[in-house]
Amino acid sequence: MSFPWAKHYEPKSAFTKWIDARLPLPRFVYSAVGGGYPVPRNLNYFWNFGFLAGLALMIQIVSGIVLAMHYDPSAVGAFNSVEHIMRDVNSGWFLRYAHATGASFFFIVIYIHIFRGLYFGSYKAPREMIWLLGVLIFLLMMATAFMGYVLPWGQMSFWGARVITGFFSAIPFVGEPIRQLLLGGFAPDDAALNRFFALHYLLPFVILGVVILHIWALHIPGSSNPTGIEVKEEQDTVPFHPYYTAKDGFGVAVYLTLFAIVVFFMPNIVASPDNYIPANPLSTPAHIEPEWYFWPFYAILRAFTGDFMGVPAKLWGVIAMFASILLLFFLPWIDTSPVRSTNYRPLYKKFFWALVADILLLGWMGKSPAEQPYVVISQLAAIYYFAHFLIILPIVSRIERPLPLPMSITEAVLAKNNKAHAPVGLTVQPAE
Amino acid sequence: MATVEPVHNPEAGTAADGVDRRDFIHVAALTFAGVGAVAVVLPLVNQMNPSADVLAQASTEVDLSAIKPGMAIKTMWRKQPVFIRNLTPQEISTINAVPMSELRDPQSLADRTKPNKLNWLITMGVCTHLGCVPLGAGAGEDRGPFGGYFCPCHGSAYDAAARIRKGPAPKNLEVPEYSFKSDTVVQIG
Repeated sequence: MSFPWAKHYEPKSAFTKWIDARLPLPRFVYSAVGGGYPVPRNLNYFWNFGFLAGLALMIQIVSGIVLAMHYDPSAVGAFNSVEHIMRDVNSGWFLRYAHATGASFFFIVIYIHIFRGLYFGSYKAPREMIWLLGVLIFLLMMATAFMGYVLPWGQMSFWGARVITGFFSAIPFVGEPIRQLLLGGFAPDDAALNRFFALHYLLPFVILGVVILHIWALHIPGSSNPTGIEVKEEQDTVPFHPYYTAKDGFGVAVYLTLFAIVVFFMPNIVASPDNYIPANPLSTPAHIEPEWYFWPFYAILRAFTGDFMGVPAKLWGVIAMFASILLLFFLPWIDTSPVRSTNYRPLYKKFFWALVADILLLGWMGKSPAEQPYVVISQLAAIYYFAHFLIILPIVSRIERPLPLPMSITEAVLAKNNKAHAPVGLTVQPAE
Repeated sequence: MATVEPVHNPEAGTAADGVDRRDFIHVAALTFAGVGAVAVVLPLVNQMNPSADVLAQASTEVDLSAIKPGMAIKTMWRKQPVFIRNLTPQEISTINAVPMSELRDPQSLADRTKPNKLNWLITMGVCTHLGCVPLGAGAGEDRGPFGGYFCPCHGSAYDAAARIRKGPAPKNLEVPEYSFKSDTVVQIG
């Protein structure tokens, strides 16, 4: 399941030989993230984010388990138990802030990881399965994050739960019964809070399982790389350890530094002040907004303001929001260009950055109140989002003339080095 | 620095003893990561210690005026039972008649009470064997063969000074920290 020149684990001591013959776990680790996994030699720092996402997941799981030791999932006790964690539990403030801001950091890392995949064509054959599992992880993360946000039982928690479960009432005929089934009542209360807590505890371990599949699927073709061309020979690769453990280690140090700065100095930077007000079923906050990582999707949800083609606006919004994510499952077959890296796709490159700008714009619209001109802007931005995937991408893939690809990863690396070391005023002419 | 050592190979930076800069960086980086890991594990473990609200319940005041000689009450401190017993003069003389050599955990009544309050015996209601609540403080409960407390779980018998006399328990019932606020009010903890 790897390149023929991948080194094999050789136990040295009698003890490791004994282990290897009975449970070859060290052998497994060696060929997964050790010297036995050959990786393209030219990965840039964007390739750190897979490892960082795994780290962020572990931080969430560990901090979440200890928070669960102090949390009370009842409508009466939930809000107070969170304040209890903040004020009474030893280091509780640290654990909660690490968990709450950790969620935001997790999404930052995941979004960079996704856009890395989009830019460098990591979703293309033979890596479609890695991409599909990744989109599944993203969906599971969104569900987990939503349910986690409900647990403190503040105003935003309550009304967030009310609004999100309201999505399901948009389904014709069976919508309202489904909503009541999900909530175990007519509005979010004890039953909903308890099941959200149970699922919020469960889903991270489901994510962990899918992450293992994601990495397994990755190790079959091996990692992609910034040129997008396949590994051809041994000199195109270096062993994962020590080369990329060191590079990932540096990324971890930078990541944890930024994480610590936010946890210790600005833990409420993305928190809504309304969520420090206990849940009140009789009063909706003046301005409801989801957490920042849902803003683009929230903007798409709200973009439908009128009934259209006989379908109510509410249903359109929900369909469009789910479609905007489900669309990503089809991306490997929508983008038919055989060239992976956008560095060699001059036309697509423009549209890639237009998509990034469009999603940032949608994010801004999702945060803004539902009034003009924001509504019109979100409608246009939502149309562009779908147009990118359904119209622009297939056409660009067909008409684009990509730049010449280097012969090998090694050639690309050496050409770059020559350019960097060339004297001023002298440019290396690419051999045509 | 005033002196500059001659550097033969600035890239490798290998010293005469074969330790190079890279070795130093490895050790420094891994040490730093180890210190960081310990710093993170500390709060993860410390969160399990009693929280501030639990510690805030760590003292309680009890009014003794209703406890007649020969009576005992159970009260609660730190979510654990406390026995407060008003000993009769006869019980006190029985206790003081027991020679220390007969005791598994030798303590006199004076050791276990406050000065001039010899009749007020305040102990935890937690058997020192495995933590059951002994009988003998409530009205009509079995006080055991020594007229004090009797633990039904494994048969430990305590005398009227709550000293272990028979059975598996190793120690006398523990005397909590307490003080008399007035003649009739005692603060435990």
